[in-house]
Amino acid sequence: MDFSSQRFVDVVVAVPVGQIDHPNAESLQRALAPILEAAIPASGALVLDFSGVSYISSMGLRILLMAAKQLRAANARIAVAALQPVVSEIFGIARFNHVLEIFPDVRTALEHVSGPALAAYDAAAA
Amino acid sequence: MMRIRFWGTRGSLPVALTASGVRDKVIAALRAAAGRTFATDAELASFVDGLGLPVSGSYGGHTSCVEIETGGPDYVLCDLGTGVRPFGQKALARHGPGMPQTYHIFMSHVHWDHIMGFPFFTPAYIPGNRIRIYGGHEELELAFRRQQAAPSFPVEFAALGADIEFVHLHPGRQYDIAGLQVNLMLQRHAGDSFGYRFSAGGRSVVYTTDSEHTLEDAKETGIYVNFFRDADLVIFDAMYSLADTISVKADWGHSSNIVGVELCQLAGARQLCLFHHEPIHGDAAIDRVLAETRRYEEITRSGQPLLVTAAYDGMEIEL
Repeated sequence: MDFSSQRFVDVVVAVPVGQIDHPNAESLQRALAPILEAAIPASGALVLDFSGVSYISSMGLRILLMAAKQLRAANARIAVAALQPVVSEIFGIARFNHVLEIFPDVRTALEHVSGPALAAYDAAAA
Repeated sequence: MMRIRFWGTRGSLPVALTASGVRDKVIAALRAAAGRTFATDAELASFVDGLGLPVSGSYGGHTSCVEIETGGPDYVLCDLGTGVRPFGQKALARHGPGMPQTYHIFMSHVHWDHIMGFPFFTPAYIPGNRIRIYGGHEELELAFRRQQAAPSFPVEFAALGADIEFVHLHPGRQYDIAGLQVNLMLQRHAGDSFGYRFSAGGRSVVYTTDSEHTLEDAKETGIYVNFFRDADLVIFDAMYSLADTISVKADWGHSSNIVGVELCQLAGARQLCLFHHEPIHGDAAIDRVLAETRRYEEITRSGQPLLVTAAYDGMEIEL
């Protein structure tokens, strides 16, 4: 699994790519750890761009929810964007659509979590 | 050959189909009939059978009780939820009170929903019957005696006429009971629970209810996978959604359909049977979980297909 991230003001957009199955779930956990510990301020957010994720197992979903708990305890938010159809199905079957904010794309997610981050994102894309 | 017969499949507490639930089923059936007529009763019955369980029947509401028919003379059961009452009536109707029988009963644990049927198990009142209650808990006998003690129940345990014996089992040992090889496994649940693997004639069934399988710890997962290995049937506690088991219902001691599929796939099991249904779920909700679980199995399949079923009161599975 590949992983990259980029900061936009008070939001970190993280981009995992590949299958988040049992062997890869730990990689995701390790990649997210420094972001969760230090990179997101209170009232900030983590947006996960899932456009490159083709599958996620229960272990991967567990890591997302653990991240959500950690962020919410720090008064920050988490959102997931751009789910592929199969991954969207898995989120529905696992009822993760009830416990995580899900958006059709990163820009829409940023619209909902941070105006300054959205402006920075649009500026970077221009 | 083993035949598994489900007498109670509901988790936590028994539920009953309500008047409005019946009304909804009648409306759905009439809508499906769309004004057609039926020339014979057989034609009508065939139409009704084709409507699907949520419309033509129900998943039922008795708490956990599963029979394993071995082909031998003795009865074998898992747990003594309210499903044991109709089981007892059926056994009595078959043999009559004058023909003593032997009942071997394996207890996952002694939480109330798993023992509450026993005071209504009529064979326990009849002298001559032999009842052997097996389990891994030290408090096994205490739990049964206490639930029938005053003021909770009018008939004391000591008044039961059958020959009742409690037998402690230990994980890691194999037992030969009623023609079955029996292994048990400690599970994650408040106060502990035990899963069982029963084998005979080259067939195996795993009964794992009231167990919170998290897959968080690779070593622990490996132990469960080995216990499930190549089982013909895994009867699995799928009470909650995965999201619930990680969030609001974490540490409540139950598992999800998704983890059931993943464990069975890792173990090469042939059939996953969803069990210990959430009592707030109606028939349509359970049926939806079944359809979604089958879809998840399809999405994640890499080897042989895993057959996915959902237990209902009265269901039989032949192995």
